[in-house]
Amino acid sequence: MKTTTNATGPGGDVRLAGISKTYGSFTAVHPLDLTVPQGSFFALLGASGCGKTTTLRMIAGLEEPSAGTVHLGDQDVTALPPYKRPVNTVFQSYALFPHLDIFENVAFGLRRRGVKSVKKQVEEMLDLVQLGEQARKKPHQLSGGQQQRVAVARALINHPKVLLLDEPLGALDLKLRRQMQLELKRIQTEVGITFVHVTHDQEEAMTMADTVAVMNGGRVEQLGAPADLYENPRTTFVANFLGTSNLIEAEVGARDGDDLVVKAAGDKLLLPAGRCSAPAGTGGKVLVGVRPEKIGIAHADEAGAVPEGRNRLTGTIAATSFIGVSTQYVVDCEACPGVEVYVQNIDRDPRLVPGADVVLHWNPAHTFGLDAAQDIDAGLAEEEAAR
Amino acid sequence: MAFVNWLKRNLVVIAGLLTLGYLLLPNVVVTVFSFNKPNGRFNYTWQRFSTDAWKDPCGVAGMCDSLALSLQIALWATLGATALGTMIAFALVRYRFRARGAVNSLIFLPMAMPEVVMAASLLTLFLNMGARLGFWTVLIAHIMFCLSFVVIAVKARVMSMDPRLEQAAQDLYAGPFQTFVRVTLPIAAPGIAAGALLAFALSFDDFIITNFNAGSTVTFPMFVWGSAQRGTPVQINVIGTAMFVVAVLFVLVSMAVGNRRKRRVA
Amino acid sequence: MTLTEAPAPPAPAAPPPAARPRRRGRFTPYWLLLPGILWLLVFFALPMVYQASTSVQTGSLEEGYEVTWHVAAYWDALSGYWPQFLRSVAYAAAATTLCLLLGYPLAYLIAFRAGRWRNLIMILVIAPFFTSFLIRTLAWKTILADGGPVVGALNALHVLDVTGWLGWTAGDRVLATPLAVVCGLTYNFLPFMILPLYSSLERIDGRLHEAAGDLYARPVTTFRKVTFPLSMPGVVSGTLLTFIPATGDYVNADLLGSADTRMVGNVIQTQFLRVLDYPTAAALSFVLMAAILVMVTFYIRKSGTEDLV
Repeated sequence: MKTTTNATGPGGDVRLAGISKTYGSFTAVHPLDLTVPQGSFFALLGASGCGKTTTLRMIAGLEEPSAGTVHLGDQDVTALPPYKRPVNTVFQSYALFPHLDIFENVAFGLRRRGVKSVKKQVEEMLDLVQLGEQARKKPHQLSGGQQQRVAVARALINHPKVLLLDEPLGALDLKLRRQMQLELKRIQTEVGITFVHVTHDQEEAMTMADTVAVMNGGRVEQLGAPADLYENPRTTFVANFLGTSNLIEAEVGARDGDDLVVKAAGDKLLLPAGRCSAPAGTGGKVLVGVRPEKIGIAHADEAGAVPEGRNRLTGTIAATSFIGVSTQYVVDCEACPGVEVYVQNIDRDPRLVPGADVVLHWNPAHTFGLDAAQDIDAGLAEEEAAR
Repeated sequence: MAFVNWLKRNLVVIAGLLTLGYLLLPNVVVTVFSFNKPNGRFNYTWQRFSTDAWKDPCGVAGMCDSLALSLQIALWATLGATALGTMIAFALVRYRFRARGAVNSLIFLPMAMPEVVMAASLLTLFLNMGARLGFWTVLIAHIMFCLSFVVIAVKARVMSMDPRLEQAAQDLYAGPFQTFVRVTLPIAAPGIAAGALLAFALSFDDFIITNFNAGSTVTFPMFVWGSAQRGTPVQINVIGTAMFVVAVLFVLVSMAVGNRRKRRVA
Repeated sequence: MTLTEAPAPPAPAAPPPAARPRRRGRFTPYWLLLPGILWLLVFFALPMVYQASTSVQTGSLEEGYEVTWHVAAYWDALSGYWPQFLRSVAYAAAATTLCLLLGYPLAYLIAFRAGRWRNLIMILVIAPFFTSFLIRTLAWKTILADGGPVVGALNALHVLDVTGWLGWTAGDRVLATPLAVVCGLTYNFLPFMILPLYSSLERIDGRLHEAAGDLYARPVTTFRKVTFPLSMPGVVSGTLLTFIPATGDYVNADLLGSADTRMVGNVIQTQFLRVLDYPTAAALSFVLMAAILVMVTFYIRKSGTEDLV
């Protein structure tokens, strides 16, 4: 796609400065500063009602911010109506014009800007999304996946500085969604346009985006690369909403080199000080977190075989479920009931059945610490709803 | 026993078809009697077959004039009511404003009012204003009572329209006017057409309100009414039959065209 | 006619601090409403006011009328024409009931049993609309003619004996009797019953019938407990769309009835167009309007369906 390079020259950054949106007494988006660098794939992730769509619509110009400014590169577009912004949107459920065929849908933006000969461009674009054959069909004659590609083509053909995607894959089934995720990623790499993608699906956000902003209650909870967010959540919301976390209430004890020694119901655990986002004074409370797949599980009889230096908890298996690639255990420990453990099915120990006493162990480097003043269950309900 | 079971299962179908027969019986009678050659002035009893009336449909003094007048009034009333009604429907669906409840009531009341009440009160107004009864007073009245029906038909369609479509148009560089012309209007078109068709039928067939406000102007329904007192010419049945056939053909053809288009693109 | 409004965010309470000159179209709705609403105000609402004022005027056509707050017209209207009022309500109620009984099976048939005939039957229900209703009403004169096949059949089955005893028919005649008028009213307003019934039946998920059957409901019970309650909105708006115009109708009573079947519409028409007694006619029409509004309000409350039309 050579044609796009000139339109997406320097200045494709999206800069939001102190942007907020209130409806009466309800604040949908709290004042927010955000910069999306040119050419990146940026995801706004959160449950419904977290303000992510409102943020997107303020960039598109479909919603007027109550305060703050929107810049595209050096241009202040805050006061521009949507039809004057060099930004295009792939709408939730696509919003394809039902009375126009696929060709005319894709040509719509070009024609509105007075482009005379649209045929070649539209055909190229339809080829890019592999829909050349369908040009003369009406939207309702296409499958969901095809409609989705038309929506992308209709937006991309205008060479916007930024492409906004509002839950673009929400209406597709799981298999197609996976396929389209890769497809969208391919197109983004190919055209090099900045993508801002709104989704409630954490897996989708992590698969596709370079940078993810997790939103909750109209604020950005945390922003970073997917792996960073996953490994180092800084709030209980992020820890629970992105994947699953075991959060254990503990008391901070002495410091041991770079590690903090914390006590959880008699068990001593090590927590790297650098991975603790909480103020960790001695005697203070802290939430110790560890991801289920980082934990090893051993039958109590084998406790001696667990290497030294690992964090340990003892408990009893409450439930197991066999998933195929892995087995998931729920283990009740004194420090924390209901610890989740995912173990790959390489060598299954037949003794690990409900009721069995076990030792859980993990590398202290995989432990993270969170401020205990937060709601330990934040994000759980949202994650449930997002599924 | 098998027959009783069959009857039980199809009772609702039989009852429904009987009702359908009841609905269509007068149309059959109208058609049959358009080939009658009555003895007296009234065309109520069958005498003998004749195609005289079909050969000379305008042979009755004043009838075709009244038909032309009715068509003319219906056309203008449809235009007026559709334009005004569509505007109201858009305002109701797309904007929030004060006095919304009052506007809704004002739309609803004419439909919940017996025609004779509207007819009588409108006549009172015209008499008080000293207006001359005729074409214009009839047209005013027809636009008035067709308006609400257009609003309902258009509103239903606009309400079911995804607001994202208009946002998508705006996002794709269409200004407010372009958005309206290129997206809103084409999508709302079926609703507007339905409203217009309804308005045309209502206006063309209206008798009660016209009877009060027409003065000495004679529309087709008024001609029929008058002939019920003076003597019913067979030509009335010819016109009635022709209207029925044209209406059914119109619907069938538009359906066939729709089907063909669907099949061609599929 | 409560309307289902899409829930929209409440408007910002105060102009936001960074308000820009992009408050597009604050007055647009008013401009859109203006011509149509003005039309309705001037030619629908204002006449009602005029009519109310006329009903309390005295005078004559030659000397002109004057508002005297003379309520005699109302007294005349009610004392002189109460039989016509009662008759109108009775005929309209009978016609509405018949419409419901006849229309329901047909609406049900179109919604659930018609299959590929659905469109055709739909057309046949609507198409008569396009033939002048006066012509079609006149056809009933032929159908119910004295000594005609219909009257003959009813006679042979002794139906006319029963209806005659009830006072619905007179002797060997059907024409010029209450039965003929009710029959004409039923016929004229039947489509107004069928269409709303159909549109509410059509919305019912066919699987509900299967579910009811699965849960041990016999067909009759399924209808009573599932189908009929779900079609209530259609029943309510259908009965209103039939009852209201039927009460005010005078065409059927005039064409198919006799002096003994005059309805309030006939009285209003004669007073207005022949006798030229405007105050009495205005009072009559005002009373009719008030009566209908009261009945309709009561009915809507009672049936608990506020969202019609």
